[in-house]
Amino acid sequence: MTSIPANANMSEKTLHDENQELPTLAEEASHTGESIVEGKTVGTPYADDAKFKLRDVEVFYGENRAIKNVSLDIATNEVIAFIGPSGCGKSTFLRSLNRMNDSVESCRVKGTLELDGQDLYDPRQDVVELRARVGMVFQKPNPFPKSIYDNVAYGPRIHGLANRKSDLDDIVESSLRKAGLWDEVKDRLDATATGMSGGQQQRLCIARTIAVSPEVVLMDEPCSALDPIATAKVEELIAELSQSYTIVIVTHSMQQAARVSHRTAYFHLGHLVEVNDTSTVFTAPEHQMTESYITGRFG
Amino acid sequence: MQPANLLLITLAFAAIAYGFGYFRSRALAMPLGGIRHLKSLPFYYGARAALWCGIPALIVLGLWAAFQGHVIQTLVIGTLPENLLPSNEGEASLLLSKISNIASGALPRDFADPAIVKAADLLIRLREQSLMYMTALVVAVAVLAGFIAWVRIRPTLNARVQVEATLKWIFFSCAALAILTTVGIIFSVALETFRFFQKISFIDFIFGSHWSPQTALRADQVAAEGAFGMIPLFTGTLLISAIAMLVAVPVGLMSAVYLSEYANPRVRGIVKPLLEMLAGVPTVVYGFFAALTVAPFISDLAASLGIEASSQSALAAGAVMGIMIIPFVSSLSDDVINAVPQSLRDGSLALGATQSETMKKVIFPAALPGIMGGILLAVSRAIGETMIVVMAAGLAANLTANPLETVTTVTVQIVTLLTGDQEFDSAKTLAAFALGAMLFLSTLVLNILALHIVRKYREQYD
Repeated sequence: MTSIPANANMSEKTLHDENQELPTLAEEASHTGESIVEGKTVGTPYADDAKFKLRDVEVFYGENRAIKNVSLDIATNEVIAFIGPSGCGKSTFLRSLNRMNDSVESCRVKGTLELDGQDLYDPRQDVVELRARVGMVFQKPNPFPKSIYDNVAYGPRIHGLANRKSDLDDIVESSLRKAGLWDEVKDRLDATATGMSGGQQQRLCIARTIAVSPEVVLMDEPCSALDPIATAKVEELIAELSQSYTIVIVTHSMQQAARVSHRTAYFHLGHLVEVNDTSTVFTAPEHQMTESYITGRFG
Repeated sequence: MQPANLLLITLAFAAIAYGFGYFRSRALAMPLGGIRHLKSLPFYYGARAALWCGIPALIVLGLWAAFQGHVIQTLVIGTLPENLLPSNEGEASLLLSKISNIASGALPRDFADPAIVKAADLLIRLREQSLMYMTALVVAVAVLAGFIAWVRIRPTLNARVQVEATLKWIFFSCAALAILTTVGIIFSVALETFRFFQKISFIDFIFGSHWSPQTALRADQVAAEGAFGMIPLFTGTLLISAIAMLVAVPVGLMSAVYLSEYANPRVRGIVKPLLEMLAGVPTVVYGFFAALTVAPFISDLAASLGIEASSQSALAAGAVMGIMIIPFVSSLSDDVINAVPQSLRDGSLALGATQSETMKKVIFPAALPGIMGGILLAVSRAIGETMIVVMAAGLAANLTANPLETVTTVTVQIVTLLTGDQEFDSAKTLAAFALGAMLFLSTLVLNILALHIVRKYREQYD
């Protein structure tokens, strides 16, 4: 196994050139001697101070089982990255953590999903309250077509977090500061948010999310629509935010996972194959499939 | 040959020219080693030949058809003896219709002045000649131009550029046609309106609160002096339209919200077409419904509450009109609400907003321009609606804000002023044009206002 920079040098091109089809489980098993066993995850999927306690989670789209028997703990104030080839279910799994899948009609979630011991899918669970605690940043920046100020103030307003205008101003300022955007926009808070650059928009979306003071921030490929400089800024931001928030990030960039996360979870075809410290995953992965993926043999 | 047939023939020539052009370009290409040695695809050579063949011929046809009537008339009148010559425009048109009636055999020629019979014969002859010349000229132009185009096909000729440039002009003239029509309407209305204001003072018309346009038609008739105050008509229009909008906007918007955000796709698939059917019911049928069902119901209800209500009321007409225009609001609003990107919904929901907060604060502002468009369409429909008002609200021009009374609207008055035999120089008839002009102006102002509002408040996504 090589070191991280070597992996990083595996360009997109070689991945595509060398690679054919995804190897089937049977093929993979036959020449690695190590196969995926449903419900069995190698590494350290469990944690002591679990924020999220997820057991035997299954997600269905109609008849299609997109997540197969996944068990995982997400610790308080950790940054955990979900990696895996396209269609492996990592985004689906992420979206089930704040019930964003509710609006997908054919989607069903089974198993135990607890946030601080509280069942997320309990019929009595207020989904509005849940999403205030578990915020989400999307793949494509999606600022509302309102002013920068109104974008950040949106959440605090609907949750009644500010009693006075000055309180709201403070929340907006501190959120924009935390998102590293304050200096760039403080003079044009009334300008429309859709006029900003893509990277600024994404940081605004992060500011908007943390303005509600969530405990967890879910990020679904937050940098996939950004250029390298904007990506670097968002990654810095994630590192700072990790001191006060639990962050779950889905990413296609293994370098990004290596840079920002404490633990990394590798998904394959709906299975959670391996969870380990990020350094372990990228230097000495336990599972053969994980190694194949991070060395670019498929993906 | 009649112009209509000639039109078809010209189109047929153009089609033939297309075929010739197409195959000639292919024939020229083959020795060179295939179509790829042509500058454009064979289709464009064909289209170019068809355009060359069709357009000049159609222009000639159009000009001839437009001017032949006038030229023939001038020629015919010129042959009449001095004593029969018309002294003014009215007489001239009478004389001409007499001549053409004799020519067509609608009037017996035995009783007519021999000079007029002679003129009628000339008319017949000239018309026949005109048709003959026109046919010959159009066919000649079509064939000649088509032939030139066919001869000039070369592999090096870039037919595509020429065809596309011509098509661009055709598209432009289609767009210009719509604008020119509007301008034409404005002019024709403005002219008559101007004549009206020569008879009736502008101030009386704009600020007069009494409408009773019955004037004496003949000098010996005894009749009251007509009153032409447009205020009661405009308040009537305003009242009925306001009632209609009070019904249509809330119901339409809320059903749009239901359909786009809450209904499952199956329900939506059934309910939306059903709602849209409301717009397809003929207004006369709505008129029955308003006059025979809603109006009596309202007057009975009012009577039982001890309020006096007319059997024909603004409320009945307005309410039924409102139901009629629900689909204008709901269908368009539903479409624009659906067009708001899902990512905005997700963004709002992920912040812990409820579905209704998302609707009110994110989707609605983003969809506002389209929603305003739907409402505007509904308003102009309400202002222009005539049949329901005639049947359910009556004809009496009352200046009132009470929706239980009989009122009338601008469009209804225009219809009553213009139906039947009318003299087109009396103030009564001309008043219709003045009303039309005012209506046009007010809807124009409304449109500009709404556009301004939309620009100011819209939240533009991407």
